[in-house]
Amino acid sequence: MHLNYIVALMLKEFLAVLRDKRSRFVLIAPPVVQLLVFSFAATYDLNHVPVAIYDEDRGGEARALIARLEGSPTFEIVVKISHQDEIAALIDNREVLMVLHIGQNFSTELQRGERAPLQVILDGRNSNTAMVAMNYLHTVLLDYNRSWLSAQGQNSPKVSLQTRAWYNENLQSRWFIVPGIMGLLILVVALLVTALSVAREREAGTFDQLLVTPLRPAEILIGKAIPGIIIGGLEATLILVLMVVLFDIPLRGDLGALYLGIVLFLLSAVGMGLMISAIAVTQQQAILGAFLFLVPAVILSGFSTPIANMPEPVQWLTYLDPLRYFLVVVRGVMLEGDSYALLMHQYWPMVIIGVGSLVMAGWLFRRRMY
Amino acid sequence: MNASARMRVWGMIRKESLQILRDPSSISIAFVMPVVLLFLFGYGVSLDAKDIAVGIVIEQPDTASDALAGAFERSAFFRPQRFESIQMARQALDEHRIDGVVWLRSDFSTRLFSGNEAPIGVIVNGVDSNQANITKRYIEGAWLAWLDHYAGIRGQSILMPVELESRVWFNAALSSRLFLVPGLIAIIMTLIGSLLTAMVVAREWERGTMEALMATPLRMTEMLAGKLIPYFVLGMGGMLLSVALAVWQFDVPLRGSFWLLMVSSALFMLVALAIGLLISVVSKNQFVAGQVAIIATFLPAFILSGFLFDINSMPEVIQWLTHLIPARYFVAILQTLFLAGDVWPVVLSNMGALLLMLVFFAVLVWHKTGKGLE
Amino acid sequence: MANALTFATVSKRFRGDSHTIIALDGVTFSIQSGQVTGLIGPDGAGKTTLMRLAASLLRPDSGVIRVMGLDSDAQSLAVQSSVGYMPQRFGLYEDLSVWENLDLYADLQGLALDTRLVRYNELMQMTGLAPFTDRLAGKLSGGMKQKLGLACALLRSPALLLLDEPTVGVDPVSRRELWQIVYRQVEDQGMSVLLSTAYLNEAERCDKVILLHEGKLLGQGEPGEFSRTMQGRTFTVSTAGLSCRRLQTKLGYAPEVLDALVEGDAVRLVMASAQLPSAATLLPGQAGVSISPVEPRFEDAFVARLKRAPEGHQAALTMGLNVSVGQEHEVIRVHELVRRFGDFVAVNQVSFSVRRGEIFGLLGANGAGKSTTFRMLCGLLPASSGEVAVAGHDLSRAGPDARRHIGYMAQKFSLYGDLSVMQNLRFFSSVYGLRGMQQKQRLAWALATFELSPYRSANAADLPLGYKQRLAFAVALMHEPEILFLDEPTSGVDPLARREFWARTNALAEAGVTVLVTTHFMEEANYCDRLVIMAQGEVLAEGTPQDMKALARTDAQPDPSMEDAFIRLIEQHQNKANTA
Repeated sequence: MHLNYIVALMLKEFLAVLRDKRSRFVLIAPPVVQLLVFSFAATYDLNHVPVAIYDEDRGGEARALIARLEGSPTFEIVVKISHQDEIAALIDNREVLMVLHIGQNFSTELQRGERAPLQVILDGRNSNTAMVAMNYLHTVLLDYNRSWLSAQGQNSPKVSLQTRAWYNENLQSRWFIVPGIMGLLILVVALLVTALSVAREREAGTFDQLLVTPLRPAEILIGKAIPGIIIGGLEATLILVLMVVLFDIPLRGDLGALYLGIVLFLLSAVGMGLMISAIAVTQQQAILGAFLFLVPAVILSGFSTPIANMPEPVQWLTYLDPLRYFLVVVRGVMLEGDSYALLMHQYWPMVIIGVGSLVMAGWLFRRRMY
Repeated sequence: MNASARMRVWGMIRKESLQILRDPSSISIAFVMPVVLLFLFGYGVSLDAKDIAVGIVIEQPDTASDALAGAFERSAFFRPQRFESIQMARQALDEHRIDGVVWLRSDFSTRLFSGNEAPIGVIVNGVDSNQANITKRYIEGAWLAWLDHYAGIRGQSILMPVELESRVWFNAALSSRLFLVPGLIAIIMTLIGSLLTAMVVAREWERGTMEALMATPLRMTEMLAGKLIPYFVLGMGGMLLSVALAVWQFDVPLRGSFWLLMVSSALFMLVALAIGLLISVVSKNQFVAGQVAIIATFLPAFILSGFLFDINSMPEVIQWLTHLIPARYFVAILQTLFLAGDVWPVVLSNMGALLLMLVFFAVLVWHKTGKGLE
Repeated sequence: MANALTFATVSKRFRGDSHTIIALDGVTFSIQSGQVTGLIGPDGAGKTTLMRLAASLLRPDSGVIRVMGLDSDAQSLAVQSSVGYMPQRFGLYEDLSVWENLDLYADLQGLALDTRLVRYNELMQMTGLAPFTDRLAGKLSGGMKQKLGLACALLRSPALLLLDEPTVGVDPVSRRELWQIVYRQVEDQGMSVLLSTAYLNEAERCDKVILLHEGKLLGQGEPGEFSRTMQGRTFTVSTAGLSCRRLQTKLGYAPEVLDALVEGDAVRLVMASAQLPSAATLLPGQAGVSISPVEPRFEDAFVARLKRAPEGHQAALTMGLNVSVGQEHEVIRVHELVRRFGDFVAVNQVSFSVRRGEIFGLLGANGAGKSTTFRMLCGLLPASSGEVAVAGHDLSRAGPDARRHIGYMAQKFSLYGDLSVMQNLRFFSSVYGLRGMQQKQRLAWALATFELSPYRSANAADLPLGYKQRLAFAVALMHEPEILFLDEPTSGVDPLARREFWARTNALAEAGVTVLVTTHFMEEANYCDRLVIMAQGEVLAEGTPQDMKALARTDAQPDPSMEDAFIRLIEQHQNKANTA
């Protein structure tokens, strides 16, 4: 193995990617823009949920309850209605997410010490939003009950839940999503740099020219892999700085553990990219291959939906997904303050995927001539 | 359109169709990809937590604490595990073996019976905030059930004067699959539409056939029509397949009319194809076209379409940006047609937006394909 | 007679990233109806731009183009309805069959349905493609592709036929057939034809010739008019004591000599003035020199107008070339080599051997199996059976160091187009293990010898074709290999660049480098010491150029050209196949 050959190849790869204005632009601008846009966009937290109130009671208790809702930043009362039949149109047309129906006898029942039902009608088309909104409503109601009871001089229940959320004290979904976006974006960048590289050289004939030189497949492989890792690493650093500075996401763990994760993840991403590239005969096939890897890799990584919710056979599939491991590393280090020991089980699968795919790619270099 | 123009378009359609048939990769984009992705997504993407691993720490087991623990153990949502000490439970939380801890301190029963405050400690792993919220809510639910039961035994009056009675329309069980699968169809169609066409014009430039086409009396609009129509048919085939899978495999109800679904899908398909063509026409080489297709299609549609993340909760500026994502309109149409029915105001306004986008992209494509080699 | 096409002071510029390229500069000419006009010029002369302007694919920056009386700018669709245009790569869809390609272009050109079958059959008979109508265009040989491309352009019998380099990379038999088809169209239909070509011997088949150079019109007229200006300036020289190659090299530097070309056993000279040169001034000190005048050709006029005086770089080429020649006599040995792709046999039982310092040629049409043989020799493709030894190694199995012995120049330009000339040179020299002072010296050598200095920071993709070829040649030589593989090095390259190329190759061979070269230019076989002629994956004949010609010598043809020899061998082969 000659270090000089590898250095020469790396330089060439860098030049090939960075000399062209368009390709330089494609590698740098979109990840930064997408980080900003996606980070603000991707949140499960709700605010300004449009709510309609159908208050048949109009008593003081009902008004107090409505006032509580109005005081919450989560809800925004957009309309008050006075007829049952108005509800359907509001929900159907997505003008409101939920309608609160306070029945005629709400105040009376409450004063009598009976249970007073509060009816809520939700648009279930986005089940998650409906569920989250209902959770918020529950919290508001719990508060209301407690203060109503104490105002009546009654004892509120003695047994209370004292809930604390570790690592993400205010349960901001941004803290969960944004580190995930980092994984997504560097995966895309690594694939962009590598997935087309061999197919492109094959179509241009330069791959033959490389193969008649004294370079070994392993050297070609390393020369092609390292630029992807370096470019991905630089982008990861940029994204990391933006995350900490702009989105105030804490960096609680060991930076070294995070970078070890980044390098190993990039190794596996670049390996997959080169393997796709080595299998593909044309650039079109390489693009297809990149998509067919990228899309499931994102879905199965636990980026947006927990792996634990998946059926067992699908969970097995996720073990092949390098992003799955990296997301645990990046979230673990940033939010939970994990260090090397706790992340061991995330590191080694990425090494296996990376080395395995690179070996496969190298083997395909010489086998797949046509 | 006169006879010779019809003949030219027909010639292009036949040529393009033959090329599709000869190249298995186009067919597999249209028919294999939707199946694979729908299965993966349909089964893989779920926000419904079940079997949440919860650690229960009872420092001093007795009847009162056992009853509370029993409330958790009976709940369908939990997979409880008992721990002897809070340290062990914390350890398990750190190692991601459990997602939450319910902690009854040693003096829980004493305090409970003496009428003092008897706090129950709850710790959830907040990293995945959405799951953490759901876990918290389920723990609260189990706790309230226990409280109610406990109050009943002791003959106390009502603890929760105002009680929520919720009715969820369209998706009574709040099953996330019913909401995700229609949205998925939009994502998959975005991919199919733009992938199918992103490379086709670029390929003609690279192979030198564009020059030969241009030297015939073929007009640019005729060429674009000849390219769009076969891929449109192919894409609609993929769409039908996806709908069939959604309805029969994933039991998503189709409450709206099938024809309205087809019309709006056709409209969306055209927008997606037009975007693919635009990428293809502008980049003129497959390398750049491929890169742009990867960057500009999947991730924006995934995150900004409202398929997963609620658009109303995004910052104003971002909400603005989502209007540029055609999948946004299609997701709204699909979710409504599948789950709610023919809600005309929703369907029409979104179709109107799609139509505008179609005109916009069509004009752009047409403008960029001025005939000639410059 | 009416004019089929007129250009009036037409100019065309292309804006690049850093500079503007003037492709055509105030070109004025007209071509008459019912004639075949040849458009001749070196690479980068603006031939393709002119063709595209005539087909109304580009708009002129200034000037007026009229096609069949129509203004090309304002009536481009009408123009395109009356011209047939075949671009350089034929414009065929390789994944469609012959019939489907015809259908497509018939639809696009609005050929009426009821006349199609008749016209298709007519064209298929004429082009000899009738037995292959169901075959995919991608599976056709180069000559068949070219004829199919022509058939597609002829579907509706256009008034003006534009053919952009239709004969590049096509074997002589197919070329001959193409000319017959073209002339039949002219005679039967009164069609006008404009055809660009890099084969100068084809210029003589045209009625009229337009000579283009660096975007400017140099001359226009009948080919005979051009050659007449050369009357009395062309000679052949032969000696007893010198090999043709060495003789050519010597004559190339002699005073007053514009061009020296190996032809058969002698060297053909073009002189600067019409005066019989003396043996003493041409070859001082050489005995037994005979000089005799010959008839001038169009090519002579072309070369005389465009060739620059040699600047002595050929000597510099081998200067500092330090080839480590091994001791073995036989450098390349190929024995019963076979390569199958599925049930298709691309190379069938090929055997030959190459000695050190030889220029060895593989001659044949596209698809004859030359490139496949080459790829196996270079270790790019494993052989199905048989033996290959290059400097004693089978390169598909040997370690990387064995590849250090060879230099390789692929058929298609295959260097990094988005890297600069200098970056390409530096990269390839590094991967061959050159560094430090040695690398610096070789880089300087490459830039100087191949005159690449002005382009050192230009992207390789933006170079003119001739310079691309030089760069590829330089890359193959950076590590001073003892064996050089050149796959179709002169394909698509104009005659001047071809001359330069062969001068360099000769010099290398003189220095002891073994050169293996494939070509479909029959006359280039004269440069080889020995050669094999290949067709359909098989070797038809092996020997020296003289041996080959001897095979074709008959009473009717006492002095056959290499092209005649080739055609005769192919015919014999086909007869044998038919009788078998």
